[in-house]
Amino acid sequence: MTAVTPAPPAVRPAPVDAVPPDRPAGRARLRTAAGFAFGAALLFAVAPLMLSDFRLALLAKYLCVAMVAVGIGIAWGRGGMLTLGQGVFFGLGGYAMAMHLKLADAGPGGMPDFMQLYGQLDELPLWWRPFASPWFALPATVLLPMAVAFGLGSLVFRRRVRGAYFAILSQALAAAMVILLIGQQGTTGGTNGLTDIKGFFGYDLDDPVNQRMVYFIIAGTLLALLALTRQLIHSRYGELLVAVRDGEERVRFLGYDPASVKLVAYVVAAGMAGLAGALFVPAVGIISPALIGIVPSIEFVIGVAVGGRATVLGPVLGAVAVAWARTALSERFPGTWTYLQGLLFVVVVAFLPGGLASLWSLARRRDVGAQPARRRWLSLGRRRVERTEVPAA
Amino acid sequence: MSLFRGRRILAGAMTLVAAAAMTACGSKTTDEASATGVTADVSGDTVKVGLLNSLSGTMAISEVTVRDSIMLAVEEINAAGGVLGKKIQPVGEDGASDWPTFAEKAEKLISEDRVAAVFGCWTSASRKAVKPVFEKNKALLFYPVQYEGLEQSPYIFYTGATTNQQIVPGLDYLKSQGAKSVYLVGSDYVFPRTANKIIKAYATANGMAVLGEDYAPLGSTEFGTIVNKVKSSGADAVFNTLNGDSNVAFFKEYKPAGLTAASMPVVSVSIAEEEVKSIGTQYLEGQLTAWNYYQTTPGAANSKFVAAYKAKYGADKPTSDPMEAAYVGVHLWKAMVEKAGAFDVEKVRSASDGITFDAPEGLVTVDGKTQHIAKTARIGKIGADGLITEVWNSGKPVAPDPYLKTYPWASGLS
Repeated sequence: MTAVTPAPPAVRPAPVDAVPPDRPAGRARLRTAAGFAFGAALLFAVAPLMLSDFRLALLAKYLCVAMVAVGIGIAWGRGGMLTLGQGVFFGLGGYAMAMHLKLADAGPGGMPDFMQLYGQLDELPLWWRPFASPWFALPATVLLPMAVAFGLGSLVFRRRVRGAYFAILSQALAAAMVILLIGQQGTTGGTNGLTDIKGFFGYDLDDPVNQRMVYFIIAGTLLALLALTRQLIHSRYGELLVAVRDGEERVRFLGYDPASVKLVAYVVAAGMAGLAGALFVPAVGIISPALIGIVPSIEFVIGVAVGGRATVLGPVLGAVAVAWARTALSERFPGTWTYLQGLLFVVVVAFLPGGLASLWSLARRRDVGAQPARRRWLSLGRRRVERTEVPAA
Repeated sequence: MSLFRGRRILAGAMTLVAAAAMTACGSKTTDEASATGVTADVSGDTVKVGLLNSLSGTMAISEVTVRDSIMLAVEEINAAGGVLGKKIQPVGEDGASDWPTFAEKAEKLISEDRVAAVFGCWTSASRKAVKPVFEKNKALLFYPVQYEGLEQSPYIFYTGATTNQQIVPGLDYLKSQGAKSVYLVGSDYVFPRTANKIIKAYATANGMAVLGEDYAPLGSTEFGTIVNKVKSSGADAVFNTLNGDSNVAFFKEYKPAGLTAASMPVVSVSIAEEEVKSIGTQYLEGQLTAWNYYQTTPGAANSKFVAAYKAKYGADKPTSDPMEAAYVGVHLWKAMVEKAGAFDVEKVRSASDGITFDAPEGLVTVDGKTQHIAKTARIGKIGADGLITEVWNSGKPVAPDPYLKTYPWASGLS
């Protein structure tokens, strides 16, 4: 762990994960702004022009997964909390949105179709009622996951549950939620989930124009979340979070409360997953237990690992790359794609432990001869940071 | 370092979001494309059809056999000259046992490949996931598996049994054998839960006692407790709606607990020839199944189907009800298209009523109103050789009644 602890600045430059305070801030800011402009151009101009309606809808779905990944990047990459249960928060957001849209489809006083079929209910269950109002449902998509994460996190982090125990706990939560949803078929739709969502606040989702609108909302939200994440991890809090990840006891001895620090990251990640779930519903038109159980929860984490968990952009790249590879491989090789996908994971984890995002710093290290010595320190440092994270997980 | 150092970036991103929301404001009116649906591409000398089955994941073991028999039907039709002079070109996709993936692949087949019809899906959850996709695009799905009924989509043809062609005859058979009480065991998902609701309504109306109802999670292999409860209930029979691997574990507990086909028969609705093979006949001999087709069903059409299947995929491969229903689906689609004289979905739908096909299970007739088919119900007994032999059949095809409207006891169900 000592390798990552920032040494006195006189000997070594500041921690690489943050922009060094002595460095001219203007250039870094310019680079980030350029990156954002590039990303925005890609998402808002290139993709809609190049892709068919079907492919654009798929991209919208990938971007939702990427939002979850951004949150995991904060909680796991920066905070060292391996959350194997982000599906729960994704599901809470998704179900909150889907419940509202189902009720809106059914009209005032109406009930979703499946309730009569499976539940033989005569009236709407009490806990569904508030979701009829968008003023309750929309905030709930984000606040509900955050509240659950807050409740769970306060219990768990205070008791200093971490590492594998935390991962198992978060996973158990995902399993429990799936069992609960399936068991309550009459009010939750069971294994089918909530399907057949037709409208989105008055807009007909069957219309390609409106599907495009949903895509733009998702792309914009993702960019906003990335900006937020960048602010967060470059703030004083962001550095504290990394410090907690790398030496929780030390931070405690310095007078901070690591539990609160971790709690914030966990709650923020949960909020992002909830928002992703909420936007996933109009984009894909379905939310079901199959999307929030153990397997999808692990798939979220795989995307982050492939992309590079400690960077801002890595989780997004990884999540989109994994989801895209899944579609592309399964279309081309319907019989054998699972093997190819597995091979891809093995190759990335074995040869690129820092994920796709580390390709950038690797490439920079190549032409290190032309670079000033300080640069070299930076890239070496970055590699070292990523190596030491592995046991922390 | 301030938390707000890059305020400008944040502001920039927010502006972008706002701009996006404004530039992209959608239209509330439905435009041409979605009003008419995607039309199939039949301009060449081939016509594409979609094959949507799970080739990976837990359902693969069952759904691959369905894919195989669809392919058999496609080859037969192509060898006989195709449909309206066009050869069928199958486009396969993997649903991966994951319901949202089914929806994604269905959309791909319809809007990218522009297929004329799609054959496939197995679980109810996958059908519910693709249903809006087919309805939105006004495209056709042929669904080959027995299911829980209570559904009737204008863009789905159901070639498997609905409840009054499988579960209700199964119950009638038990009643005729003098069963006064049943115990319900099922996997925890939509089909068993809905089926059991129907069974309970039937039991109440027919003076049959339901002594217990237990659900195991899909894929569960822990049946010690459930089997003990079944045993101590002393029920006359068990109605089993377990799916997949759970059946193996259930029957492996059932026999050693001292329960036999003679003392407490089990009627299963998801165990076909393929599953008998994997569970093991020593555990299943003498137990009952309810289907519309068995490999042993007599008739020239079936001998031809079984022989063709074994010649293509191997002599040890059994044929089963869902496979047969999928095979029938392709042939029915061909007959509908030829009657309509076009691949156009609406024309095919309106031509569908009354179409008949001399299927391996016997004569089947399409009911244009419900888009289900009339099929003969058959109760079978599992033999020591792993094959199922018929012990009772309905004598004539049973008209489909997905909402059980003709059964007074089911009035509260839909």
